[in-house]
Amino acid sequence: MTTENFLYGLYNDDDRLVEGIKKLQSKGIKVNDAYSPFPIHGLEDVLGMKWTRIAITSFMFGLGGLTLAILAINYFMIIDWPMNIGGKPNFSLYENLPAFIPIMFEFTVLCAAHGMAITYFARNMTFPGLPARNPHPKTTDDHFAVELSFRNNEMSVDDLRNALKETEVVEIFEKERITKFL
Amino acid sequence: MEQFTFTDKHKKVSFGLIGVGLLAVLYGIFTGQGERTWVSAMINGWYFFSIGLAATFFIAVNMASQAGWFVVFKRLFEALNMFLPVGSIMLIIVFIGATFHWTHMYHWMDSELMDPHSEHFDYIIANKEPYLNLSFWWLRIILLLGVWNLFAFLFRKRSIVEDEEAQPKKWFKKNITLSALFLVFFGYTIHIGSWDWIMSIDTHWFSTLFGWYIFAGVWITGMTVAIIMTLWLKSKGHLKEINSSHIHDMGKWVFGISFLWTYLWFSQFMLIWYSNIPEEVTYFIARIEDYKFTFWTMVLINFIFPMLLLMSKTTKRNPGVLIFVGIVILFGHWLDSYFLFTPGVLKDQGTIGVVEIGMLLGYAGVFLFVVLSQLAKAPLMVKEHALLEESLHHHIN
Repeated sequence: MTTENFLYGLYNDDDRLVEGIKKLQSKGIKVNDAYSPFPIHGLEDVLGMKWTRIAITSFMFGLGGLTLAILAINYFMIIDWPMNIGGKPNFSLYENLPAFIPIMFEFTVLCAAHGMAITYFARNMTFPGLPARNPHPKTTDDHFAVELSFRNNEMSVDDLRNALKETEVVEIFEKERITKFL
Repeated sequence: MEQFTFTDKHKKVSFGLIGVGLLAVLYGIFTGQGERTWVSAMINGWYFFSIGLAATFFIAVNMASQAGWFVVFKRLFEALNMFLPVGSIMLIIVFIGATFHWTHMYHWMDSELMDPHSEHFDYIIANKEPYLNLSFWWLRIILLLGVWNLFAFLFRKRSIVEDEEAQPKKWFKKNITLSALFLVFFGYTIHIGSWDWIMSIDTHWFSTLFGWYIFAGVWITGMTVAIIMTLWLKSKGHLKEINSSHIHDMGKWVFGISFLWTYLWFSQFMLIWYSNIPEEVTYFIARIEDYKFTFWTMVLINFIFPMLLLMSKTTKRNPGVLIFVGIVILFGHWLDSYFLFTPGVLKDQGTIGVVEIGMLLGYAGVFLFVVLSQLAKAPLMVKEHALLEESLHHHIN
């Protein structure tokens, strides 16, 4: 487990957070991350977030689910134990395909959705039972935090604190948080 | 104010297309293929009518749900919506033809079927007489088309008045009421329309899902036409207010409704295929035995193209991809319209040839003439709307 010490500024308004980040960035300070109880429009652009690739993983999981469903149905219903349901052709996957499409569809959706959710948890380190990553309990309520890294910024601690003070911040504090579990 | 001008070039193209359509009609009549020409009139009439109907419905959906992003598209949809009266006339021509027995499109209109002493007496159809008789049928036509057209006119008129009066708050609330009324009426009557005008062609056959399936087809056709028109107008330098987020939203609609259509089509097909009851399965036997390749092509292109090509965010914002997919599924849904009418009337004799394609072009000419002249009648962007400001700043990631 690796931990790192960060500097945080707490805001009580989402617009002040975005304005604060812009002000810090105009001074050449690299902002590491921001914490908010709800999505803020335009925040990802200000932070320069990369476009998420989770849609691609979801597609892959869906494709995997579809393949698995076809293989399993073919084994259960055609090879291992062909069943005569309503007189439908029971020795051919192709001729009986319409009957299997609902199951294939459901299993594709199941795998895509669960795969995407689990990937999301793993990527964000937010599995149930793990310690919370947010710096301040109020960032899940009505406050917003900006996170500055000492490593990424060449400035001294005091300069960073002063730069934060010049924005409409309500609280400044240092805190250690886990950056990697493995 | 930004204004679309209906130029001579547009007129020439429209009249050229209408000329092609007239030639196709004459070809159909003088080669002795009257019935084929009537069916073709119904296929194309329904296809273009559904674009107007979808526009009216979509305006109502967005006004009732107070959608902000839609406001920049409003005038375009109003122009499509003003095609509804002309589309209704296209349908009424066929209905009159059927009533006077110039075409035998609706089998149940044959009075011998209802007469117990006739050798053509059909017990099943005779039992449907309380619903399927000419006077009640015409009453429903007048009610449905009348009310739909009334709402189409009201939506357009209110939008123009709103611009002049500059009281967006008042009209915002009034429009919610009006569109909610329309949606309730439309939700019931689209089913009645689809039973009366389409399902009754295969008189013995029935499907409880049919109205939903027709509704999804109507909606996707209208949305696809709207997105192609938007991109065309944008390429001509109009509609600068429409940004890539708006286009993205329209792409999502096309993607989503394609799935809705496929879902309903497949639900109807699978239940009938599985239970395999003679009175139900005839509908699909008539389509699959005689038109196997075209029928499955229709289903597959309407599903595969939007699914694979419009799945990612980048392609939903890419005009080239959208126009390509749009044209493919417009053709796909024209084929869907073809299969609604042809196998029921012409049995295994249906083809896609000069008459069908020629009349498609002719009806497209009428459609372009009406829609483009309506576009030119009002500024392309509404001046006054409660959500206009929100729509202009629409931005999604």
